[in-house]
Amino acid sequence: MALLEVKNLEVSFETPDGVVQAVNGMSFTLDQGETLAIVGESGAGKSQMVLAFMGLLAENGSVRGEALFHGNDLLKMKPRGLNGIRGKQIAMIFQDPMTSLNPFLTIEKQMAEVVMHHQGLRREEAKAHAVEMLRAVRIPDPEERIKQYPHEYSGGMRQRVMIAIGLLCEPELLIADEPSTALDVTVQAQITELVSELRKQTRMSLMLITHDLAAVAEVADRIIVMYAGEAVETGGVDDIFYRPQHPYTRGLLASVPRLDRASDDELQAIPGNPPNLQELPEGCRFRDRCTEAMEQCRKRPPLWVSDDGRSSRCFLPMEGGRTLQNATEPEHDE
Amino acid sequence: MRQEGLLRHAAVRLLGLIPTLLVLITIAFFLIRMAPGGPFDGEKVLPPEIRANLDANYHLDEPLLQQYFRYLGQIITGDFGPSFQYKDWTVNELIAQGFPVSATVGGLAMLLAFVLGTLIGTVAALRQNTAVDYSVMGVAMLGISIPNFVVAPLLILGLAVYAGWLPAGGWDWSWQRMILPVITLALPAIAYIARLTRGSMIEVLHSNYIRTARAKGLPESLVIRRHAFKPAILPVISYMGPATAALITGSVVVERIYSIPGLGSYFVQGALNRDYTLVMGVVVFYGVVIVVLNFIVDLLYAWLNPRIRYSEAP
Repeated sequence: MALLEVKNLEVSFETPDGVVQAVNGMSFTLDQGETLAIVGESGAGKSQMVLAFMGLLAENGSVRGEALFHGNDLLKMKPRGLNGIRGKQIAMIFQDPMTSLNPFLTIEKQMAEVVMHHQGLRREEAKAHAVEMLRAVRIPDPEERIKQYPHEYSGGMRQRVMIAIGLLCEPELLIADEPSTALDVTVQAQITELVSELRKQTRMSLMLITHDLAAVAEVADRIIVMYAGEAVETGGVDDIFYRPQHPYTRGLLASVPRLDRASDDELQAIPGNPPNLQELPEGCRFRDRCTEAMEQCRKRPPLWVSDDGRSSRCFLPMEGGRTLQNATEPEHDE
Repeated sequence: MRQEGLLRHAAVRLLGLIPTLLVLITIAFFLIRMAPGGPFDGEKVLPPEIRANLDANYHLDEPLLQQYFRYLGQIITGDFGPSFQYKDWTVNELIAQGFPVSATVGGLAMLLAFVLGTLIGTVAALRQNTAVDYSVMGVAMLGISIPNFVVAPLLILGLAVYAGWLPAGGWDWSWQRMILPVITLALPAIAYIARLTRGSMIEVLHSNYIRTARAKGLPESLVIRRHAFKPAILPVISYMGPATAALITGSVVVERIYSIPGLGSYFVQGALNRDYTLVMGVVVFYGVVIVVLNFIVDLLYAWLNPRIRYSEAP
């Protein structure tokens, strides 16, 4: 059984200007020990999808669908049940390390409370465990540093602390939401490496959310490409990089700088902007920016799937795939 | 290291209080002298010889500037001098008698306001935009807008005259006589603190570190208590300095209505009678209390907020 199985997840927000549909019918599975990357532009709904099944949506957000963790639906759980999983079996690292730690509490307090709460450790044991974890994420002099407050740490160091907090209870799933975006480029690489290295040491699954397709090339097993709230293409990392099917994926790849390309070879940007989530166009959502748009793209494109777990939502046929349109996929019925 | 930073912060702030007090004393001294009349101008005009004697005795015949420096020299030793009006009483004695009463009523009112205000504000923040929130905050708005000279008679009428549960006024250090004045003084402060707490609590609950705390799987009550409460009451702490000072130095109106022998009544009497030493004494004493309370709040703030502990004091 998959560790996490998300089925038809929908996230929407009530705003004064109307309903914003952030995530549309996302379905995917995540196996034990697998690293799944979710890639897409800002506003594609990556973070909101994860926050939704972690029960961390803003008050004006609502979620539908299913998110089965070990077969239990996270979305139907009572706060008590969910709190038994959050931080213990599923841990999460956030995008902005500068504001994600509580500035009023020492690092020790913020780390110890996790194991004290989930594993019933006493303060001294909890502290010793926290020191070990800081050592594991390579904070120098952890016995002293643990007594300090977040403002005495640099951005990269804070993100290491966030990672250490996430790993305290040896979770089965670590969700990293753009863990390196807010950091310096040199530190970005360190953080990404650290996460994937720590993952290899455990049997942990990793869900990596990023807008940087290149950054996940060496880390991910599988990739989901999201656009305007839905998955446009899913596949193994090699499939996505070497045999991209969807024009959007191809556009993303063309916009990544590469060393093996001639230096006078221009980077291709995808023209235009993602659609307004309040007034999504009918048919293909990528239509207006797509270089291969056709007349029929005004209708909703079919979903191509293959037996090896690839999928693409486009009128262009996917190699080795068959369409699923109107077969098993439930239509939006609102 | 942390202790050291806090101590130095305290020392620098303490030195900064001296010029503040000096300015206060100077302005108050010349203001009360500018008011027409003097302590010995009454219905009955005194014979000139007696008047000259009195003035000489209290040094009122000296040039004003000389009196000012004489007064400064005197209060440095902590002596506020004799009262002009309450014969046989020094101003120090009057303050020693009135202040404990005012401080008790005011201190209890502030304590009540802090506990109830933060509690109500937190509840309203957690039930944001619900009926609970709206009704609690509506009542709070009433608490701020209705002046205490309206609230006090209503409380007396309801709880003392009709119900007969509590005495209507007077003072004998019993808790029964403290209840009504304390409530009267606390009501607007409760309301204000509740509004402050609600606003900052809502802001704090939307911050990223609260999301982190929730992602850790901590129960919501612990998230509020451990992660949100401290940052949320920071604005309340800064409000409490001047507010406490205002309450414990005695509310003239409330002390009058409940016939409480506090400092406030001496202040009013002193000003009306041109009792220079009494007015000056009470003003200086008020000033010290306010300045010291602000200083304490400052330290409390630094202690609560680790980020300003090491920074140089302004």
